[in-house]
Amino acid sequence: MNHNRRIILAGVSAMALFAAMPVAAQDFIIVASTTSTENSGLFGHILPIFEAETGIEVRVVSQGTGQALETGRRGDADVVFVHARALEEEFVAEGYGVQRFDVMYNDFVLVGPGEDPAGLRNAADAVAAMTAIATTEAAFASRGDDSGTHVAEMALWANAGVDPSGSWYLSTGSGMGATLNTAVQVPAYVLTDRGTWLSFVNRGPLEIVFEGDPVLFNPYGIILVNPERHPHIKAEQGQVFIDWIVSEAGQAAIASFTVDGEQLFFPNVSGQ
Amino acid sequence: MMQIIGLSLRVTLTAVVIACVIGLPLGAVLALARFPGRGAVVVLSNALMGLPPVVAGLVVYLMLSRSGPLGSLSLLFTPGAMIIAQTLLILPIVISLTRSVLEDLWAEYHEQLRSLGASRLRAVPTLLWDGRVSLLTGVLAGFGRASAEVGAVLVVGGNIADHTRTMTTAITLETNRGNLGLAVALGIVLLTLTLMLNAAAWGAGQWARGRLG
Repeated sequence: MNHNRRIILAGVSAMALFAAMPVAAQDFIIVASTTSTENSGLFGHILPIFEAETGIEVRVVSQGTGQALETGRRGDADVVFVHARALEEEFVAEGYGVQRFDVMYNDFVLVGPGEDPAGLRNAADAVAAMTAIATTEAAFASRGDDSGTHVAEMALWANAGVDPSGSWYLSTGSGMGATLNTAVQVPAYVLTDRGTWLSFVNRGPLEIVFEGDPVLFNPYGIILVNPERHPHIKAEQGQVFIDWIVSEAGQAAIASFTVDGEQLFFPNVSGQ
Repeated sequence: MMQIIGLSLRVTLTAVVIACVIGLPLGAVLALARFPGRGAVVVLSNALMGLPPVVAGLVVYLMLSRSGPLGSLSLLFTPGAMIIAQTLLILPIVISLTRSVLEDLWAEYHEQLRSLGASRLRAVPTLLWDGRVSLLTGVLAGFGRASAEVGAVLVVGGNIADHTRTMTTAITLETNRGNLGLAVALGIVLLTLTLMLNAAAWGAGQWARGRLG
């Protein structure tokens, strides 16, 4: 029994060592960002360039915009990189963020079943398209999660004077990808950012049925979490990342990211 | 890929070991000791076996967040946070199963053990050793729960590439990218690993039985 106990003890101490192994201690920051930037593969393209230039590792936690801002509010991220301008400005006004910088934009598109039961291909503008969905009560899948995409969708409904509810309106409460997977099965119309759509594989019967209205432009902003609120924030490294992403090098890295030969994000620093 | 598998195993196995170190003695005490409120503790530990992983994750998140009581440890979005959350998930299983196994053994053997002069406390190691095969099943159930869950590790780990991405969070990510084929392939890898581990545990049990009678 003693012998066996010694074996168990050795096993336990080996495991403890295993657990305590250091995780390559080095300079890193945590960026709370959105599923659209992560799922599209943008970070996989630009971050290695940044890390090679500066030696600062960027750890991205991808969440919906609402959740990402909450992560910043709690001081659990050094930088937030999101897309819901009104919420971002509120974040800065409340003193949680230092300053908002324009970074880039992409655009939203309406995708839906190819046969297009609500006739969105003929819609004059985005608001008319939303109205057509509501009046024909064609199935529509909504994020329903306070993400930047959800906020943009609600603004479109408000402009159309529609209070979306009823059995045709499916609020998934999930990320963009999960919502698209749902829409494929129904099939339903859905508002998505172009980046997630282009890199989305499981498209089923869905295709782009409406695009190009300027109200569908989707600007991304980057904000350093305020070190006066959260003293542990890595303000210096975070600022290096922000400075880089709005610099020529960072903007060129964003512009050079393509999926199937198509550029997904358009540098937007001139808007500052 | 190897890194993701390695991290998954490291997090889950560490959580299993910690849960055993804490849970086996606690379960034994619960089985043999008599104290007021014991029934309530038994019911609580049984009920916590059904704790939804995402709730466990949320509790750990709120504790470890910079705005939470343990924020200064800077553990959020690290493998350490994931180990804590999974330990919380496995612990009730280990405690409940240990209690149940030892209660039965004690009922069966307590006269024999008493006649040998063993007190309740002294009987604990013997009972644990006698119940090792049943206990191993409980430990494997705990491993299964932890290796399969995604809710807790996603919330406290953040699914950061090359850092806190495990098998299950990678499967979630690929599902969200509509990469259903890759997601299923990863699922098969995870299942194969679990199968191998269970086979190894079974083999070890058989070997021990053959050797020790």
